Amino acid sequence: MSHALVSRRRPPVRPARILLHAFLVVTALAWLAPLLWALLAAMRPYSETSEKGYVSWPDKLSLDNFTDAFQQSDMLHYFGTTLIVAVPAVLLTLLLSSMVAFYVSRFDFRLNLALLLVFTAGNLLPQQVIITPLYRLYLLIDLPGITMSGKLYDSALGLVLIHVAFQSGFCAFVLSNYMRSLPHELTEAALVDGASVWRLYWQIVLPLCKPAMAALATLLSIWIYNDFFWAIVLISTGENMPITSALSNLSGQYFTDPNLVAAGALLTAVPTLIVYFVLQRQFVSGLTLGANKG
Amino acid sequence: MSTDTTKPPKAAPAVPTTGTAPVGRRPAHGHARLLTRRDRLTLGLMAGVPTLLHVALVWLTALASIALAFTTWDGIGFDSIEWVGLRNFRELFTSNPQFWPAVEHNLIWFAVLIVLPTPFGLFLAVQLDKRIRYSRVYQTAFFLPVVMSLAVVGFVWQLVYNPDTGLINSIIGANEPGHYIDWIGDPDLNLWAILVAASWRHAGYMMILYLAGLKSVDPSLREASALDGAGEWQTFRNVVFPALRPTNTVVLVVTIIEALRAFDLVFVFNKGAQGTELLSILVTNNIIGESSRIGYGSAIAVVLLVISLAVIIPYLIATFRKERRA
Amino acid sequence: MHDLSPSGSSLPAPSRRTLLRGVGGATLLGAGIPLLSACGGSGAAADPKTVSLGSNSSDAVPKKAFAEIYAAFTKKSGIKVDVNTKDHNTFQEQINSYLQGTPDDVFTWFAGYRMQFFASKKLATPIDDVWQKIGGNFPEAMKKLSKGEDGKYYFVPLYSYPWAVFYRRSVFAQHGYQVPTTWDAFVALCKRMRKDGLVPIAFGDKDAWPAMGTFDQINFRTNGYDFHVELMAGKASWTDPKVRKVFDHWTEILPYHQEGAVGRTWQDAAQALVAKKAGMYLLGTFVGQQFTDKADLDDLDFFAFPEIDPQFGQDTVEAPTDGFMLSKAPKNREGATKLLEYLGTPEAEQIYLKADSSVVAASTKADTSSYTALQKKSFEMISGAKSLTQFMDRDSRPDFTATVMQPALQNFIRNPKNVDGILASIERQKKTIFASA
Repeated sequence: MSHALVSRRRPPVRPARILLHAFLVVTALAWLAPLLWALLAAMRPYSETSEKGYVSWPDKLSLDNFTDAFQQSDMLHYFGTTLIVAVPAVLLTLLLSSMVAFYVSRFDFRLNLALLLVFTAGNLLPQQVIITPLYRLYLLIDLPGITMSGKLYDSALGLVLIHVAFQSGFCAFVLSNYMRSLPHELTEAALVDGASVWRLYWQIVLPLCKPAMAALATLLSIWIYNDFFWAIVLISTGENMPITSALSNLSGQYFTDPNLVAAGALLTAVPTLIVYFVLQRQFVSGLTLGANKG
Repeated sequence: MSTDTTKPPKAAPAVPTTGTAPVGRRPAHGHARLLTRRDRLTLGLMAGVPTLLHVALVWLTALASIALAFTTWDGIGFDSIEWVGLRNFRELFTSNPQFWPAVEHNLIWFAVLIVLPTPFGLFLAVQLDKRIRYSRVYQTAFFLPVVMSLAVVGFVWQLVYNPDTGLINSIIGANEPGHYIDWIGDPDLNLWAILVAASWRHAGYMMILYLAGLKSVDPSLREASALDGAGEWQTFRNVVFPALRPTNTVVLVVTIIEALRAFDLVFVFNKGAQGTELLSILVTNNIIGESSRIGYGSAIAVVLLVISLAVIIPYLIATFRKERRA
Repeated sequence: MHDLSPSGSSLPAPSRRTLLRGVGGATLLGAGIPLLSACGGSGAAADPKTVSLGSNSSDAVPKKAFAEIYAAFTKKSGIKVDVNTKDHNTFQEQINSYLQGTPDDVFTWFAGYRMQFFASKKLATPIDDVWQKIGGNFPEAMKKLSKGEDGKYYFVPLYSYPWAVFYRRSVFAQHGYQVPTTWDAFVALCKRMRKDGLVPIAFGDKDAWPAMGTFDQINFRTNGYDFHVELMAGKASWTDPKVRKVFDHWTEILPYHQEGAVGRTWQDAAQALVAKKAGMYLLGTFVGQQFTDKADLDDLDFFAFPEIDPQFGQDTVEAPTDGFMLSKAPKNREGATKLLEYLGTPEAEQIYLKADSSVVAASTKADTSSYTALQKKSFEMISGAKSLTQFMDRDSRPDFTATVMQPALQNFIRNPKNVDGILASIERQKKTIFASA
């Protein structure tokens, strides 16, 4: 449904509406307050806030902390290392989980309930439960010439794989619900026409799942981009750490400038914000988690 | 996985309309006959490759953790693994002063999330679903905390709760000797302080889930109710809320998982000091870093695992069964 | 409602089937390609002209100082040092998995039990050959600190930083305070400061380790070095009345500590000293790094923790020492040996100290003429000590200190009346931890 249509149908302004807007504005501001507070801190020099305290009238507002944080933490580099993991991880997760969902929702072979159960339950396990054996497994897998470390351990490939394995459960669950709501006649007809299973998946079902894929891409980007836990154990080269470590680099061992860290923290959130804004339109419409269609 | 795809699926009836199908399944089984060998191979790979990856990296490792819970191991070299039976669990239940508080805090975490931010998220979603102007702007404001990493969220709230320089104490003058309110260290306060931050984040997440749920509630149901002269609240209670049932179950599970998985926020906030102990933090403290008590940490992980599965499995079975019947 | 607008539902011609399958496969492969180039660092090939080094110095100043040391080494030997820097916390969190995985040839670490632990687990290589060259540069105490339990050398110390009670000279002069040398004088001074509107002792234990420093001081002043070592090694009992006495002393001065300590970082506590709101602060010399103003830093001074039992006086000094170790299977053993030999020279130490004036050189041969007043005092304090300790989390098992002592001491700070319950709980958990291998 497009916006233009909606606004034409919108009822005349009523007092209740004004009240509602007032409520929403106040609540939204309250929700943004902690972030705005961090933004304000990030724009003030440390010398000022350490002397006058944070609750004081700012004498000088500048973006110095942002530029300093960006340079000191070598943030561009860490954006790069994070994207090298996050982009393939998101794409692969969507690809693999949509294949599972396709299989489960379109071809009712006996195993599909069990399969979906395995995937979904697996996604809900806490990360801590699997980390130690995973680390051992990664150390045992030799990949000479494929990764720089010669092992699955300390490689971007290793991080991508665990992200894909761990997140694909949730996505398979959501996508299978979504695919189930697509009319069966579509695939029936294609099969009768002699289309292959792969074409059915790639050219018919997948394009129809765009909204759901967009919604999942948003969530996955947020989750994978922000994850730090796997890297603590599975990556040993400092340069290959994800973005959060750029933030840790900013807070010194002996001296920390909180304003600088605040600026860095806000900067690290920029990529996920971009993803959210780009995919926002599809976000809500694609997130049909429950089988609302029954 | 490849075995079941090379064989033709026996149970699938040849023609969609045959009454001989053992269970009343959907007509999709008619596909079977149309599949070539190549198609079956494709299907086998499509289901098999992800399954293999998932099972190998998630389930096998989880099983290995369960085995490790009955050992003591410093994590260095395999020969130092020593079988100790139930000792880790005995110790955990009797002499770890942090264990029971952690269980309790995980439960409180869940109770708070389900009682406060979840209904609030639903409330926001219902308001934003009213074809309201600027809806997307409001949505963004509420969803912003979800987009931020928990490390960032934790840091932002430090600026609010810091006992000396934080926003709250500075405003109410509680940063002077004799008036201190220690939001982060006081075990009577810190869990609630963190829960405010957690709720702040959770409400936005729930709002989005409910918004998605509300979009798929049939508008004609609502119109019919309105025509019957029902008020807004009555329509919501009698028509909309019941229609949200599938969303509610998802919300319930997501909230339980959030409560069990709660980790980052506390870790950034005060590393799980007294008052904010959580199971996931205890596991991490024991198995990550220099203090490698892998066996003991795994025992705590198993407790976490058992609680998670006890919640997840019945839910999933119920859901999928219901779907099958449908 | 779902948006079912068909964006591509018209059925394509079957002839393109194979082509499409190819495209799908290519996407899969394409996703894999960038992964391969993503992992640098601990280079695979053993290049005789390169030594890799894992470092926990991510702060700008020490990072630069270390870079200068390595540059000087490269100039001298022609061997390049490939540094893998991680922030301090991450480095410590992953040290176990790092050393067992694909560690760098040389890595930064700490003296004490923490070093001996990895030595005994065969995650480090003995470096007796290095010490044959550098042995003359170090005093006996440093040699002792650098040996594993098997008597072999595993560690090259670079610098130390003593723990002491810090104060502002101007504040002491303004109120006419005297530096206390005995416990009674110390307690009396606390009382006076309280009356003068100061927070007597600044304190922040959010990171859970500063309280361990307080415990160490009171313990070796009350019970002596030998008992402290036994307690840290898990041999003495935590329910021993001697330990109880430590906590009694602590309870006596706890009310004079800054309130709300468990929620405060040590940096914020230091700010109370910077702002002259607090009279004293027990910490390592690195507290100086919080003094961004030169005049304030010049005003900073310290004294040794006061005597409690005359039998032991002030004979023990806590002076954690940082340095380097050689990993289990260095790729470039020869180059790494050369690097360690260089790191053990006074020359390397002086390059570092030029950048970081809050620590003192581990070598007795290092030039002390350029030391600041604080450094000179630290140096005297360390050289005058009868015994040196590292720190609770360096002298004892890290699994014990991290999972038992840290929460227990935080608990004590909040609730000092519950000492007996806390000590009994520590002892119970200690037994099982020290019983395991």
